[in-house]
Amino acid sequence: MAAIPERVHLTMQVNGEAAPVSFAPYKTLLEVLREDLGLTGTKHGCELGECGACTVLVDGQPVLSCLALALECGGRAIETIEGVQRGPELHPLQAAFADCGGSQCGYCTPGVIMTAKALLARNPAPTRDEIREATAGNLCRCTGYQQITEAIESAATLLRAERT
Amino acid sequence: MLRLPWFEYRSPRSVAEAVKILAGEGPQAMLVAGGTDLLPNMKRRHQSPKVLVSLRAVDELRKLNGSYGAGLTLAEVVAHPGTPGALRHAAAQVATAQIRNMGTLGGNLCLDTRCTYYNQTEEWRKAIDYCLKKDGSVCWVATASKRCVAVSSTDTAPALIALDAKVTLVGPGGEREIPVESLYNNDGIDYLSRKPDEVLSAIVIPSSWKSVYWKLRRRGSFDFPLLGVAAALKMDGDVVADARIALGAVASRPFRIEKAGEFLKGKRLTDEVIAEAATLVANRAKPMDNTDMDLYWRKEVADDFAGYALKELRGDDMGAIRLRTARYLPG
Amino acid sequence: MNETKKRLDVIGKPRRRVDGRAKVTGQLRFADDLALPRMLHAKLLRSPHPHAIVESVDAEKARRHPGVKLVLTGQDFPVPFGIMPVSVDEYPLARERVRYVGDPVAAVIASDEQSAVEALALIEVRYKALRPVCGPQDGLEHPEPRIHDYGEQGNIHRNQAYEFGDVDEALRNADFVAEDLFFYEGNTHLPMEQQASLAFLDQDGKLQISSSTQNPHYLHRQLSRVLQVPESRIRVVATPNGGGFGGKCDPGGHEFVVSKAALVLGRPVKIGLTREEVFYVHRGRHPVLMKMKTGVTKEGKLTGMHLQTLLDGGGYGSHGPASTFYTGVLTPVTYHYPRFKFEACRVFTNKPACGPKRGHGTPQPRFGQEVQLDKIAERLGMDPLELRLKNLTKAGDLTASWLRVGSTGLEDCLRKVAEISDWKGKRGKLPQGRGVGLACSTYMSGAGVAIYWNKMPHSGVQVLLDRSGTVVVYCGATEIGQGSDDVLAAIVAETLGVDTGSVRVVTGDTGITPVDLGSYSSRVTIMAGNAAVQAAERLRASLAAAVCETLGTLPDRVVFSQGKVFAADNTGAGMSFVEAVTMAEAQLGTLSAVGSYSPPKPPGRYKGAGVGPSPAYSFSACVVEAEVDERTGWIHVPKIWMAHDIGRALNPVLARGQVIGGVYMGLSEALMEEQSFRRLPEKLSGALVHRAPSMLDYKSLTALDMPEVEVALIEDPDPNCPYGAKEVGQGPLLPVMPALANAIFDAVGVRIDEIPITPDKVLRALEAKAEGKAPRVGPDSYPSVPYPEPTFVLPPWEGGDGNESRKGGEKRAAAAVV
Ligand SMILES: Cc1cc2nc3c(=O)[nH]c(=O)nc-3n(C[C@H](O)[C@H](O)[C@H](O)COP(=O)(O)OP(=O)(O)OC[C@H]3O[C@@H](n4cnc5c(N)ncnc54)[C@H](O)[C@@H]3O)c2cc1C
Ligand code: FES
Ligand code: FES
Repeated sequence: MAAIPERVHLTMQVNGEAAPVSFAPYKTLLEVLREDLGLTGTKHGCELGECGACTVLVDGQPVLSCLALALECGGRAIETIEGVQRGPELHPLQAAFADCGGSQCGYCTPGVIMTAKALLARNPAPTRDEIREATAGNLCRCTGYQQITEAIESAATLLRAERT
Repeated sequence: MLRLPWFEYRSPRSVAEAVKILAGEGPQAMLVAGGTDLLPNMKRRHQSPKVLVSLRAVDELRKLNGSYGAGLTLAEVVAHPGTPGALRHAAAQVATAQIRNMGTLGGNLCLDTRCTYYNQTEEWRKAIDYCLKKDGSVCWVATASKRCVAVSSTDTAPALIALDAKVTLVGPGGEREIPVESLYNNDGIDYLSRKPDEVLSAIVIPSSWKSVYWKLRRRGSFDFPLLGVAAALKMDGDVVADARIALGAVASRPFRIEKAGEFLKGKRLTDEVIAEAATLVANRAKPMDNTDMDLYWRKEVADDFAGYALKELRGDDMGAIRLRTARYLPG
Repeated sequence: MNETKKRLDVIGKPRRRVDGRAKVTGQLRFADDLALPRMLHAKLLRSPHPHAIVESVDAEKARRHPGVKLVLTGQDFPVPFGIMPVSVDEYPLARERVRYVGDPVAAVIASDEQSAVEALALIEVRYKALRPVCGPQDGLEHPEPRIHDYGEQGNIHRNQAYEFGDVDEALRNADFVAEDLFFYEGNTHLPMEQQASLAFLDQDGKLQISSSTQNPHYLHRQLSRVLQVPESRIRVVATPNGGGFGGKCDPGGHEFVVSKAALVLGRPVKIGLTREEVFYVHRGRHPVLMKMKTGVTKEGKLTGMHLQTLLDGGGYGSHGPASTFYTGVLTPVTYHYPRFKFEACRVFTNKPACGPKRGHGTPQPRFGQEVQLDKIAERLGMDPLELRLKNLTKAGDLTASWLRVGSTGLEDCLRKVAEISDWKGKRGKLPQGRGVGLACSTYMSGAGVAIYWNKMPHSGVQVLLDRSGTVVVYCGATEIGQGSDDVLAAIVAETLGVDTGSVRVVTGDTGITPVDLGSYSSRVTIMAGNAAVQAAERLRASLAAAVCETLGTLPDRVVFSQGKVFAADNTGAGMSFVEAVTMAEAQLGTLSAVGSYSPPKPPGRYKGAGVGPSPAYSFSACVVEAEVDERTGWIHVPKIWMAHDIGRALNPVLARGQVIGGVYMGLSEALMEEQSFRRLPEKLSGALVHRAPSMLDYKSLTALDMPEVEVALIEDPDPNCPYGAKEVGQGPLLPVMPALANAIFDAVGVRIDEIPITPDKVLRALEAKAEGKAPRVGPDSYPSVPYPEPTFVLPPWEGGDGNESRKGGEKRAAAAVV
């Protein structure tokens, strides 16, 4: 194992800020975010790509942080739930999830919100079917998904109103 | 938290460099592209490469001009307007949106075979004393079998076989181009004819086929195929000029059913012709009891799915059935 | 409740839940999100054998592995635990015996998780394999080797029988007797959060554990027992649970391990279970085989039921004794059965232990009962809706088994769900391949007795007020996603006339909150809620007494509303809530009040009458629409309608969410969830393994598979409940499975008497139908089970007094209530 460094150092762009970090090279982005950067908002339910709880945005795309090598994230733009809020205010998606019942136990919520954020960036007026399709990679055991869909729909309306 | 084992990480900039590393390190090195197949496998200790050779920085694998670079993500393949039907349907139904943003076309073609006795953690496999595919001596699916019967579960391979596509493999000795079908061996362990020091660099797809892909899975996302039917036709008016049909997820390799293709040639796609072709297809589906869902049922519905594919190619509106089964509507 | 205040300000209004913000910002700290300086990490070595004697554990090499600080084995834990006093049969780490693949045997505590994993592989355990018991029938046929050396006999853990009136006679006198066999496969909770725990010694050297547990109080007691440390030196903090559903009710081996390690090492020790381990911890839905005989008259009146159940218990007792009862006791709450008999048997098997999952023991018989009713209606040529309406229990009724039905909105639920689903227009009238099915259910709003015998309250609440106007509510209840923090905040806010923004809720911490028994059996709203009402009303009375003179009115004429305090007859004058608090604090000193709640004594007095009673039952009625492809058996559910009698919806957003979430889980169970096991060929292997311990292979519905749900909340406030609110967390799951089965029958005329209902089963039944055979898939035999002589109790209307008596004769000595 001589060739393997104990730790590697690199800098990611996390929630818009440079985040230099040092970690064991076998770690996934999920582990580095939670354990080395203290960003525990990103959750995990399987670590095998089978639940979606660990979804974050990398260069704007929703990906599974449990299957992304942290080694490969140097210089890339990572966005987590901690970066969604607008100063002291909730982002319309966050407000809608809290108000419409989109979050019950809240464990799947960060992952779903990140997925939804990318959806609304690319499609500001999604249909219910499009919302379901986009969020079908995020399992939720509490809500039955309906209030998640409603929350995203309501946030989309708010965001569109903001834009005009 | 399930974690990866220790490994050494290499990040070549070109295919040639990757090939050189592979050749130098031997079988203890493995390529990683999107990592969505290899990393779960490493976490469950199916594969424990000492060296990971990442293709992420190899820009030439991400080209899309005439041929498809092996490093394109499945999402990129789906989004490309020129992608033929079968490939688009197949890629769009892989796993989940997040995984399609990560997983690559090359990785999908080289996907490890799967089995309910194999895709389990190290501890679980220890409890059954392992199996033929890895660390054990018995195939628990067919205890008399000398051969591992793990299932080829790639969605895009049958689609590409139906489309008569070819893949380019680059090794230390240079490039070779082979039909997608010959990339596979009917062996759950030694499932690829790719040599360990070869990189799959590109996929070339002839554009003249009209094609579809139908997937049988339990849920509307996440699930690997329990059956994949890809069909491609060339029409001469309303007569079939040429036909290629391929099956996935019913053997250790995806394969083409020549008989069904031959049968369709020169015929009109009447209900009777479709039914007979579907039977020819279904006869070749010999799934084993090592995936989700009941084995006999999977076999019984093979002709229905083959029929759906052909009817859709005939021009029938199959949207409702697609939505009810795989919950996917080609956009 | 205060007469002067009729209008509700908070209750019943859609509102952001009090913990909503923390959940959407990622600030909410679940157990695995916690970290402390110098924290160590634990991993468990688990048994690869389903049944074996542990001959030796050699951990020397593991102890020498770099980074390893401690290795624990069964020898470190001489004292067993168990959630119920009658089944204390588990050790944190196995001592002499392992009883399922996954039973923990040893633990490594190391500086990082990776080193701990590496060290696990260095532990050498010598096992002597024993014959595994693969299912309940196997366990009945093979009393030896015994999995436990206690229980009824052989491998039977619990065996019980009750008869309320002469049921044979009731069946003989019926016009016909419907006899059916049903099977309900086991399934698991699959909470999104994998259990995690962090234990450490606090500044005073006392043990503190933060853990994803639904029941901090029970964990507290068990920790004290197992570690032999006084309860006063242990503090259990229940972190918010990322889903519970019953799966985090039992204490888990890992919780004792990290606690012990923290005590030994004096450093913080954390463990996070992997998804596979969560499947092994399990305690989920028991697989149950059922035989159901029901007598019916030509007019469609039920004359009696004889129910037999056989449960696959898994390797440990867990909540099993209660689960066994629950496969019988709630059956007669929805419909009037003049006589009722049930026999239930739980067998130990070499699988992860089963226990409570949402609906605890009742979905299985409910499935059989509601499908059988559908068959009876068909035989009578009657609309299944009419048959049900004819047999409903009424408010205030006693059942043959002496359960008191309090308020019931089931009739309203049935009529409402029929209306919104267009039942009359659809049943039997949709095109071939499409159909609708109906089913009902009920569930308890909290159980009548605690898990361990005691005379203390089931829930306590303390409310503290200070001059800032802040209201702090302390309660041992645990937030598992169901909204218990919100319930407490809403009730206190309403009672004191403030908004929930001025209420802070502190819950689930045995170090600072009054005892609440936990978040199980839908007890929090009613029990913690009633305790909260009492505490808040006491405070309000103090405030009213302090300010009434200034307001020029009598104390009971003081109104608290929307942050104002004023006289009922002079709404113009008044003061702010903060002013009232200040005035009261000046007069009375620091302001605080406590409240507590104990459920009423149940009417039944026979031994065993303690399981089933509840202060209030919720009721639900459900219609499922299904489309079945007759060539493939593929099932598609386009829509579900659910009417739920909730008493009152405290927060309609949450109530609706609970209903839809329940429907989701019910449908997911009905269609695909299976905690099933694989026995490898006996000649080659002794393996008995979980088929699919992963989120990919254990199937649950995704957003794309979930149909639209239309919810109707039936609100008729129940006098036993805080502001009239009954439970909503479990009830709406229960009727979904039978309603789906009935819809499939309406669509294609086949019966699937088994859960889950999968396309292959539907296709097999369709093929049988085409061949002129019975169009049915389901169990076809029931083994001979040595049920005991039943406890005989006369129903209320046959002169009974709730005590045990001799069949056809005089009473036996009155037995105590358990
Ligand atoms: C939950 C889940 C569900 C899934 N569902 C599906 C599904 O429904 N259908 C499906 O087809 N797949 C599915 N997958 C598997 C996988 O995500 C996809 O197949 C994906 O396309 C693999 O691509 P990758 O780039 O991530 O592969 P990697 O994991 O990077 O590699 C996979 C294999 O291919 C080799 N490899 C990669 N690139 C090359 C190359 N250029 N040349 C030679 N060898 C190469 C690697 O060495 C490795 O052995 C699923 C995965 C998960 C975790
Ligand atoms: S943790 Fe489940 S997908 Fe990443
Ligand atoms: S809100 Fe609990 S898992 Fe989605």
